[in-house]
Amino acid sequence: MSGRFKPVHAGSALASGAAVPATPRDVPYHGGAMNPAVETLRARFPGAVRRADVVWGETTIIVDRNQVHDVIRWLHDDQTQRYDYLSDVTAVEYRDLERPIEVVWHLRSLPFRRFLRVKALIEKGSSMEVPSVWDIYKSADWLERECYDMFGITFAGHPDLRRLLMWEQYKEGFPLRKDFPLRGRFSRSEQLRQALAANPEARYSKDELSIADAFEELPADMRRRLGAGERTGE
Amino acid sequence: MGLSPRPEPNLTEISGDEPWITTKLDAFVNWGRKNSLWPMPFGTACCAIEFMATAASKYDIARFGMERQAFSPRQADLLICAGRVPFKLAPVLRRIWQQMPQPKWCISMGACASTGGMFDNYAVVQGIDSIIPVDVYVPGCPPRPEGLLYGILMLQKKIMNERSSDKSLRSEMEPDPTTQLYIPPSVIDEVSEPFGNSIHQTRSGL
Repeated sequence: MSGRFKPVHAGSALASGAAVPATPRDVPYHGGAMNPAVETLRARFPGAVRRADVVWGETTIIVDRNQVHDVIRWLHDDQTQRYDYLSDVTAVEYRDLERPIEVVWHLRSLPFRRFLRVKALIEKGSSMEVPSVWDIYKSADWLERECYDMFGITFAGHPDLRRLLMWEQYKEGFPLRKDFPLRGRFSRSEQLRQALAANPEARYSKDELSIADAFEELPADMRRRLGAGERTGE
Repeated sequence: MGLSPRPEPNLTEISGDEPWITTKLDAFVNWGRKNSLWPMPFGTACCAIEFMATAASKYDIARFGMERQAFSPRQADLLICAGRVPFKLAPVLRRIWQQMPQPKWCISMGACASTGGMFDNYAVVQGIDSIIPVDVYVPGCPPRPEGLLYGILMLQKKIMNERSSDKSLRSEMEPDPTTQLYIPPSVIDEVSEPFGNSIHQTRSGL
C-alpha cells in the first residue's frame, strides 16, 4: 500500500458520544431533517443557494451555476463539512423541453457520514458550460468526460475533455439528450461505416494516466515511439 | 439430440494383414476438421456465461473435439461471438476475424449477436453478420448450453458437407476498400429494420 493514502474511517469526525447514524427508517417522501451544511452555505455564500429540498431524507440544493465551484470547494475543504468523496457527476434533461437541464454532483462526507446533492441549472438556449471540479476531486475526470459524452455539457477547467463511452470521432451528437433519436441520426450502414473506419489500436496516448505511470517500464522502442507523440498501433 | 458419437458411413475398413481404409479425401479432411475445432470465445455479455457453462464439466464441449479453448485468434478456427457488439467494438471484431487463419468458421450466439436483440439503439450493431460472415446463428436470450451444442453440431454437419473443389468456402472476404463494408449498405439498412434480420437470415450463404 502506498504511503500517499491515508485511510478515512466513516464517522470518525463525529463527536464522541454522538448517536451513530444508522439506516433511517420511515423516511417521509418530502421534508425531514435538512443537511446542516445548507444553513452554513446560505450564510457564507449569500444568494448562491437558490433552493433546498429534502426528498426521501436526502438534501438537494440548487446552486447558482457560476458559484458551483466555490461552493463545492468550500464543502470539500471546510473542517466542519469534509465532503471528501465525489460519488457521481451526471445530468438530467426533462421531457418538458421548457425545463432547464440539471447538472448533478453527488457529494459524500465519509468522516461525518453525510450526503449532499448539488445541482446547477442550465437554461435552454444558454451556454452548456459549467465549472469543472477536477481540481478538487480527481475522480471527476472520467465522470465529467462521460457527462460531456452523453449530454454535451462542457466542464470548464477539465484537463482532457474527450468522449469516454462513444469513440472520439463520433459525429452523431450527444445520445442522452432528448432531441437525440434512439437509433441515432445516421443510417445503420453509415454508422457501421464510420465505426469500421476507426483504428482499434489507436486508443492510447502517452498522456493517458495508466500509460504515463508505466512509461519507464515500457520496452525501449515503444518509449521512443510514444515519446515522439505517436499513438500506439499507428 | 443425438449427442453420442456415431461411426462415419464414409469410412470403410478392409480386413487384411495391414489395415487400410479407402475414402474420399474431402470426407476424411472434413471429418478431421469437424472433430478438432478450436473455438475462440468472443464473449461480451451474458451469453458468455452460458458459453462457460457449455465448456464446463456438465455439458463439456470437449466431447465434440473442442478440448482446447483458443484465446488467441491466430490459433483458433471457430469464433463464437457471445453477446452484443457495440459499434465501438465493430473494428475489433473485424480485426480478430481477419487474424484467424483459414479454415475458419463463426457461430453467432444469442439474439444480440445475431440481430442486435432488444438493443435496437444508437450503440449496438444490428447483427454481427454485417461485420463478418456467420455460419450458424444460435437463437436465445441467452441460449441454453443445449442450444449452443445444437448449433455446434449443425456447424459440424455443415463442415462435413464442404467440398475442397468449392474455392469460395476458403476465400477471405474482401471488404470494400473505401467503406470497409463487405455487403451493400442498402442490405445493411434493410436487415437492420425492426424484425428485418429475422426474415433475411440467408445472406451469409447458408
